Amino acid sequence: MTIDTVLDGGLAALVLAVGCWIIVARDSFAAAVGFVAYGLLLTLVWVRLDAIDVALMEGAIGSGLTGALLLRASSRLRSTEASVALEPPPFILRAGAALLSAIVAAMLAVAVLYLPEPAPTLAPEAAANAGATGMGNAVTNVLMAFRAMDTMLEKVVLLVALAGIWSLARDRLWGGRPGPLYRTDPKAPLTFLAQVLPPIGIVTGIYMLWVGADAPGGAFQGGTIIAAMWLLVMMAGLADAPPVGNRRMRLTLIAGPLLFLIVGFGGLWLGDAFLGYPAAYAKPLILVIEFAMTLTVAVTLGLLIAGPPEREPTS
Amino acid sequence: MTTAAVFGICGALAAGLGLYGVIANPQPLRKILAFNLLSSGVFLLFGVVARRGTAAAFSGDPVPQALVITGIVVAAAGTALAVALLLRLLQTSGSATLTAEAAVSDDTVE
Repeated sequence: MTIDTVLDGGLAALVLAVGCWIIVARDSFAAAVGFVAYGLLLTLVWVRLDAIDVALMEGAIGSGLTGALLLRASSRLRSTEASVALEPPPFILRAGAALLSAIVAAMLAVAVLYLPEPAPTLAPEAAANAGATGMGNAVTNVLMAFRAMDTMLEKVVLLVALAGIWSLARDRLWGGRPGPLYRTDPKAPLTFLAQVLPPIGIVTGIYMLWVGADAPGGAFQGGTIIAAMWLLVMMAGLADAPPVGNRRMRLTLIAGPLLFLIVGFGGLWLGDAFLGYPAAYAKPLILVIEFAMTLTVAVTLGLLIAGPPEREPTS
Repeated sequence: MTTAAVFGICGALAAGLGLYGVIANPQPLRKILAFNLLSSGVFLLFGVVARRGTAAAFSGDPVPQALVITGIVVAAAGTALAVALLLRLLQTSGSATLTAEAAVSDDTVE
């Protein structure tokens, strides 16, 4: 047994222990806090699996954004907890669920331990075609070029989710602002943090986007950091969430997918196929899409957390 | 045991834990949390498959890694939508349970 195996085993045990805590904790707020810790531990797991891009994503979205969302929801639902906690499901249901999940987990474990050798891989193809885009980060290549369709549709999924959330607004509130995110007094340390951190965060976000061409990072990770800065400013009460009817904000929301589609259809005409970039302009085109995408991602994620409109439109 | 094997088992167990939570926990928010646990386990299995695909000077197969990145985003979007639905349920019915009798007795029209 090497030291690596011991450390990996310890990390895996920690992940599963926090996972158990999320399931069994009595208080939902505690479970949501556990989820943030779980996400950060998973980030370490992804680093151990040599997937730094995924680790950044897990830390930013899986732990940070989803964590913030769940923490906010659990504090809102706190008043309803007492009545629900009194009615635990019948023993037979819990036993059946435990049995079913044990079987599923065992089957997954067996499947993953007896995967075919040698493992099938597309890495040689990704390496052979890396020259087509002029970018050194294989994951960015896959996301932005080889499987660009997935990435484009993923952005559309984000917009659909946002439209779904907005559609939950009451009729008379349509076009208004989402509920205020802040509840602190203006002298709190949070306000100070919201004044000091955003310049650093925005530069870090843009750096993350730029460096994503050749190193771990990319549009989504950069956009998430910028979204976090925006949320911080909104939570400190220094800025308010924009009304959902705001035209400029809506334009920003569709800028990324729209540019992606335009370049995609341009590929039909100038390149080889839909979303096939003309070889000479591949890298500049990808960078332009990524810049628009970063803005779109930042605004979309911020609004996903802000939720449906809850205040009357002013005009 | 290799790193891939250790975290493969970890992913399988996390998925199992999540599945148990989705079925057995009566609170909707806890079901959402458990669902995220389940998805994280599935993503880890993807990560293990990527890690095993070491070739051509890459430390892993970039294609599953990119798929997981897309998956994490979609899971987050789904979670956001589910949380919004849940908060709306709380707003309209005054309670956040999925049991039928509670929904009927507490149902109020705005």
